[in-house]
Amino acid sequence: MGQILSTRVRPQGASSRAEPVLVTGVGAVTPLGVGARALHERWSAGMVGIRDGEGSCADFDPRDFLTAKEARRADRFTQLAIAACAEALADAGWEEESGGGLPYPPERIGCVLGTGIGGIGTLVEGQEALRDRGPEGVSPLAIPLMMSNAGAAALSMRHGLRGPSFAVSTACASGANALGCALRMLQAGEVDAVVAGGSEAGLMPLARAAFGALDALSPSGVSRPFDALRDGFVMGEGAAVLVLERAGEAHGRGARALGTLKGFGASSDAHHLTAPLADGAGQAAAMTAAMDDAGVDAQEIDYVNAHGTSTPLNDRAETHAIKLALGERAGEIPVSSTKSAIGHLLGAAGAVEAVATLLALRDRIAPPTLGLVQAEDELDLDYVPGAARPLQVEAGRPALALSNSFGFGGHNAVLCLEAA
Amino acid sequence: MSTTVTEDQIEQLVIESLQTFGADADEISREATFEALDIDSLDLAELSQIVHEQYGVELKGSDVADVKTVDDAIKLIAERV
Repeated sequence: MGQILSTRVRPQGASSRAEPVLVTGVGAVTPLGVGARALHERWSAGMVGIRDGEGSCADFDPRDFLTAKEARRADRFTQLAIAACAEALADAGWEEESGGGLPYPPERIGCVLGTGIGGIGTLVEGQEALRDRGPEGVSPLAIPLMMSNAGAAALSMRHGLRGPSFAVSTACASGANALGCALRMLQAGEVDAVVAGGSEAGLMPLARAAFGALDALSPSGVSRPFDALRDGFVMGEGAAVLVLERAGEAHGRGARALGTLKGFGASSDAHHLTAPLADGAGQAAAMTAAMDDAGVDAQEIDYVNAHGTSTPLNDRAETHAIKLALGERAGEIPVSSTKSAIGHLLGAAGAVEAVATLLALRDRIAPPTLGLVQAEDELDLDYVPGAARPLQVEAGRPALALSNSFGFGGHNAVLCLEAA
Repeated sequence: MSTTVTEDQIEQLVIESLQTFGADADEISREATFEALDIDSLDLAELSQIVHEQYGVELKGSDVADVKTVDDAIKLIAERV
């Protein structure tokens, strides 16, 4: 035998072989306001949507989007998803509400919505009714509102989407997993378009107490990812929805693309119910898988939207993971956390951060990690502290990023996104 | 029918409930159909619960299956109270 080939041959993933999947519309409701633009512009301007230690969607009024009847039939997590979805569909030029009809046969449009918890507000109300008024006081709406798939069902019913629709639940990776799932459905040719995203509305005493009991929540109420003084995550609520279409069909209907969902990678730590692998190996595996799937090298990555929860464990493990996955490139590119501006939106985070990443890539901005003053020793990446910067991209090619999402249970999901 | 509950009172309870469920107050009349008011099986399940809490009578799903109008509902409740 002759010389042994030592060069690693990069596996070509499904996404690098298949027709590209474009993002043609985005919508978001976040603690920075109603609308994807509010999220992007305010975060880039250094605004923080956290008040009194929580990221609530204080500007969101369900009556702007829902009739009284629709609002009664939807837990807050579903209401937030409905608002984000309306914006995304309008942004994509799907004008079914003006009578123009959906751009594809309804049975060829899927809907995947991630949520970590589902309708916890409805669950709590039902429990209180049971305690105070007995079994007969529990509303017949309790189950259909609290079930995790209620959000996906509401979007499907509201817009007449008759393809596969379902919820994805991987705790804080749910939103990213939903988008990964949508990508695969499109690549498999199962559908022509997917309305996908994530939603969460858990700002209530039960969730506060439960996350608090885990020592996961910040006692100081400040989100400062990667900072030496970080002491936990700040809980937020919100939703984001993206419209995904294969490039051929999207171009065929004259759609404008915001960018490409170029690849997806997922892995599991198989380690602990809440703690990540300290060396970041599980998270790095998902990042590498996303790059392989997209058919890109670490050298081509211009930005990483970190999971960056502001918990001691995550930010340390994630820094290791970024170094493992990107090698020398890790020290050359900006890495920042949306959670520094809006807190941790749990099951919505992956989708909200995908929207924030795409718009940042489009405008070639590296948005900041707010609240970061002094990084912990050994957390030595360029976290873009304090203020946004122009994103450096090699001439002649679109900006490319990874968006990380890691969930309790050891679920790691990473999206590779490219500007149009 | 109990002497303490009048049909007018039942009508008032039903109309208030329908409004709570999101039916348009201007459209509600005794002749209005639940279909026209966009009142569905989940709303009727809630109405049954309210009636039970208010008057202690049980309306099962099979009882309300044939209820098509506001008047049908009021008469059914009045029979049971």
